[in-house]
Amino acid sequence: MRYGYLAPLAAIAVVGCANTTSAEGPSSTSASGQKAEKVSFNENPYPSTYKPYPGQPTAIRNVTIFDGEGGQIDNGVVFFSDGKITAVGDASTPIPADITVIDGQGKFVTPGIIDIHSHLGDYPSPGVQAHSDGNEATSPVTADVWAEHSVWPQDPGFSRALANGGITSLQILPGSANLFGGRSVTLKNVPARTMQAMKFPDAPYGLKMACGENPKRVYGSRNQKPASRMGNLAVNRQTWARAAEYKARWDEYEKKGGTPPARDIGMDTLKGALEGKIQIHNHCYRADEMAIVIDMAKEFGYTVSTFHHAVESYKIADLLRENNICSAVWADWWGFKMESYDGIPENAAIIQNAGACTIIHSDDQDQIQRLNQEAAKALGDGRRMGFNISDATAISWLTYNPAKAMGVADRTGSLKPGKMADVVLWNANPLSVYARPEKVWVDGAMLYDANDPKRRPVSDFELGQPGEGDTK
Amino acid sequence: MIKSLFSASVAAAALLASPATAQTVAITGGKVVIGDGSAPIEGGTVVLRDGKVVAAGSGIAVPAGAQVVDASGRWVTPGLFAGFTRLGLVEVEAVNETNDASASRGEFSAAIDVTPAINPKVSAVAVNRAAGITRAVVAPIAPAAIFAGMGAVIDLGDDYNAVTKGRAFQFVELGETGSAKAGGSRASAFLEFRNALIEARALANGQRGLPAHPHDALLNRQDAAALVPVVNGEMRLLVHVERAADILNVLKLREEFPALKIVLVGVSEGWLVADQIAAAGIPVIASALNDLPSEFEKTAATQSNIGRMKRAGVTVAIGMINDSDAHKLHYSPQYAGNLVALQRVPGASGLSWDQAFAAISSGPAQALGIDAMLGSLKPGRAGDVVIWDGDPLELSSAPVAVMIDGVQQPLDNRQARLRDRYRTPQEGALPKAYDR
Repeated sequence: MRYGYLAPLAAIAVVGCANTTSAEGPSSTSASGQKAEKVSFNENPYPSTYKPYPGQPTAIRNVTIFDGEGGQIDNGVVFFSDGKITAVGDASTPIPADITVIDGQGKFVTPGIIDIHSHLGDYPSPGVQAHSDGNEATSPVTADVWAEHSVWPQDPGFSRALANGGITSLQILPGSANLFGGRSVTLKNVPARTMQAMKFPDAPYGLKMACGENPKRVYGSRNQKPASRMGNLAVNRQTWARAAEYKARWDEYEKKGGTPPARDIGMDTLKGALEGKIQIHNHCYRADEMAIVIDMAKEFGYTVSTFHHAVESYKIADLLRENNICSAVWADWWGFKMESYDGIPENAAIIQNAGACTIIHSDDQDQIQRLNQEAAKALGDGRRMGFNISDATAISWLTYNPAKAMGVADRTGSLKPGKMADVVLWNANPLSVYARPEKVWVDGAMLYDANDPKRRPVSDFELGQPGEGDTK
Repeated sequence: MIKSLFSASVAAAALLASPATAQTVAITGGKVVIGDGSAPIEGGTVVLRDGKVVAAGSGIAVPAGAQVVDASGRWVTPGLFAGFTRLGLVEVEAVNETNDASASRGEFSAAIDVTPAINPKVSAVAVNRAAGITRAVVAPIAPAAIFAGMGAVIDLGDDYNAVTKGRAFQFVELGETGSAKAGGSRASAFLEFRNALIEARALANGQRGLPAHPHDALLNRQDAAALVPVVNGEMRLLVHVERAADILNVLKLREEFPALKIVLVGVSEGWLVADQIAAAGIPVIASALNDLPSEFEKTAATQSNIGRMKRAGVTVAIGMINDSDAHKLHYSPQYAGNLVALQRVPGASGLSWDQAFAAISSGPAQALGIDAMLGSLKPGRAGDVVIWDGDPLELSSAPVAVMIDGVQQPLDNRQARLRDRYRTPQEGALPKAYDR
């Protein structure tokens, strides 16, 4: 997987290119006037300013560990320092003498929970019209919008997700009104004054796409294209064809120089997707539509990271496995629209059992506070139909698997030495309805402690309001 | 004595050989939950006769000739009572032709009676039945006026006789939604409410030979007539409000209309005025886990709301107010379990397990004044019994048997059929369409 989209190019604005050989270079010249310069663009113009907050070197001992990658250690030790996981192991794991040690008797540790599908900040609380910033529903193709430009960091939903759900990272996606909804952004779940201060450093961008009812309803009702599923595909294919041309023009320019192609902000995103630098997150409910999208991706040479909602993934779990595509699903949502009619609570378990990548997502300001419970329901339903799925595997649905699908699994999503110390200490097995986070660390900084009201973030919106600073 | 053993693997098989209601059935050996807030009883017995509970608890003799169901290692509880729903009114929410929850372009409001819209065969009835829900409060959604109409109490039995009590209550919106329905302000909503009740009273007077329905009445005759039992206190009035100030204004309505039998619904900020609600003796069907200021009227929302109201002495039940209210009533036990979990969160107020279970069994029945008929395993209540494979509030648990009015119910449903068809997603010798 390629993570390098942003990092190596971070500082580029308009830069000279030493490899330019074309005599027909762009009209601009370098200060020295000796060589034509290639036009290039800053691919990271709204860079992350997130810095981990200070933390204490901490060890949790005598605790049950779900490592996020399907492993379980009973009576284990998790040790982190300098914001990183230092050691994870059994009771014999050495603990330095001079650090904070927490006795985890009867408690559980997981990696920080990750929600791959959230609209926090883009559809914040209170959900008034003035806050409705998640769908640029003015055209079926808005690949040019970036969800991060709508994120309101004061959304109280972030703090609920942290305190009740143990959420430490989340992907904010544009809504599904459009076929090409725009770019997603991955955030660390830290309270901040600016979106940039929440932005997960060097996380790849995602592109939100949508199948099915929403785009055809939104535009069909305006007597606009698309008004049907075939219209959806027609607009999708035409758009990808244009993106391929756009990419070809830039590739040609990179190779030969000449007049730089006109820049198109939306096409930049699609070009990034065609280059594999931007992950495709495709809202799609029905099995038959997912199969068509898989072929469309092959037609234009891109790959789908994840089908979101995917209530019918269970019908084609084999196809999804073969194509290495994750399904991000609810445990049991169904019946709210026609394309959700065949949703079943065993969806996640059947996907898992078929060997395909399984993720539990929320798409909801309430369920993001209990993704662990949603996984537990899906696990229970799977076991009742006879599937042998471990607790630790169910935890991977909310940790390692979404991290992988978002392109950040090298840094978070599991308790492995060297990774970010994104850690949740639960007061009971997180797959029980009676469990709650007791402490949550983000990059080793304790940002929530159930026992300390001072470690309970309160957004600006809630200051001075009834219930300020309450347990929520 | 006939002994029938069963296990989870044969859950769908007939538990009772013939589900005639005239039978006497004794469910023995299970962990029995009465549902009235009392503690579970290990190794208890539940006796049903003629579709009703005869006795439940410990030390109860099995009547001669009773069919005995061994529930050792199981939990035995009253069926769950979904406190506020749109169950039976909706097949697919966003498919208008299948959604009878609201008549936004109709002529009537208070006079609407959901009964003819209830379809016991919507998929959600069977799905929720299999999850242990046996009764539900069904309310219409308000049309273009603040009054939504009359709701019903239904059972989730596998038959066409769903309505336990029709015209069980009137439902009215008096918060943010009510404000919008009344043209844009709460002042207008409360005025619309007062006017309607005054007109209903006048109509009732006319029926008794007193000054009749005025000629300049705003309500049509049907709507006014529907509110007569409300203003007389013969029909409960469910009022949806969230913010504390709205709640207090609703409590004050009884100064002008003293007979009103009010039940508060939603009530996210109830904890701020819990003492006043308790003093008014008004029961509450509340959203359990609202903790976000998703609207300005829920600014103080917290999951501790129900726990704090309960502590103040309010009669509480859990409802699914505008929250998956047509399809996922099986969230009720999950929500109740979350309230139990709050007991271990410093500074939070939850419910004990016993109180939490009561909030999804006897609680809704109490709020509607029908707890002598429904909602618990006390003698004389309907024989709605669920046998579970574990703690009914725990996420991993599920029913192994469901009885409604003493009749064992099928647990099969459309979702289960899809599950079975696609257990292995690959097609076999023939297409999936032949697998059934």
